[in-house]
Amino acid sequence: MSVQTAAPEQVRAARPVRDGIGLGLAVGISGIAFGAAAVGSGLTAWQACALSLLAFTGASQFALAGVVAAGGSLLAGTAGAIMLGSRNTLYGLRLAEVLRPRGPGRLLAALGVIDETTAMTLAQPDPAAGRKAFSATFCTLYLTWNLATLAGALGAGHVGSPQSFGLDVVGPAAFVALIYPRLRAGRMERAVALAAVTVALATSSVLPSGVPVILSSLAALGGALASPAAKVGPG
Amino acid sequence: MTATWIAVLATAAGCYALKLAGLTVPPRLLARPRVRRFAELVPVALLAALAAVQSATNGHSIDLDPARLAGLGAALAALVLRAPFLLVVLVAAATAAALRAAGVA
Repeated sequence: MSVQTAAPEQVRAARPVRDGIGLGLAVGISGIAFGAAAVGSGLTAWQACALSLLAFTGASQFALAGVVAAGGSLLAGTAGAIMLGSRNTLYGLRLAEVLRPRGPGRLLAALGVIDETTAMTLAQPDPAAGRKAFSATFCTLYLTWNLATLAGALGAGHVGSPQSFGLDVVGPAAFVALIYPRLRAGRMERAVALAAVTVALATSSVLPSGVPVILSSLAALGGALASPAAKVGPG
Repeated sequence: MTATWIAVLATAAGCYALKLAGLTVPPRLLARPRVRRFAELVPVALLAALAAVQSATNGHSIDLDPARLAGLGAALAALVLRAPFLLVVLVAAATAAALRAAGVA
């Protein structure tokens, strides 16, 4: 790992390609857990792979597998799983400006709008680096997640639990690391993050899994309404 | 086609449509200062909430796993020391893995 010097006051920016690939690999491995859980729930290996290939958003995939496992209503289960994907719509609002996708490129880019790609893209100092980060994270994570899903569905989950390698901490640590510069730079960002964490944790035991995170977007709404109308943030 | 296949494909289609909808929002709408400010703040809110839920709950209730929280704490320490991104993530995973190997939680 290279040693580099940064200006003392400056928080180190994420490196678009190297960090994107690293995040994609580390998070993608968890596809093994999804593949194993999906098959354990009663989905076929093909159905597990179809979800990873086409839905490509972990929260919704796990939610549908959970409903199948519980033998619940497939219609309600499908609606719930789709609803959990709505946070990707909110990410898209911000990513549209950075990625500026057009034509067929937009159709492909849309598949890649998820937590990890958003976090890595928005941690970059400018749109060009943001686009590189998006591509690197999306490609690596898509390949790894899908291969890992197949491996998990075929029984590779017996090799060892992701938790024994600490992989369950990779997501939270990465998200905190990637929003950290924003939290340091802005008082409103800190207030919004604190409110969002409070809302999500306070509702986590009463609302279905995944819903508290979506509900936390109300903190951003509050922050936007409280911001001076004329203020335009940096790109 | 079985009902399960229909549910799988409908979930995939719905999730994809929601992703595309965000990217397709008219630039004119985003030019409004408050909408723009919301779009800027929303990833901060969602990612902070996600990090909190993934580290302090099991999806259904508060669940304080010592190894996981120690991993996140180690990541925060690495961040404050201005470690590069991959090192932050590595320190977090290694801390949790080491504690679990040692029999903590």
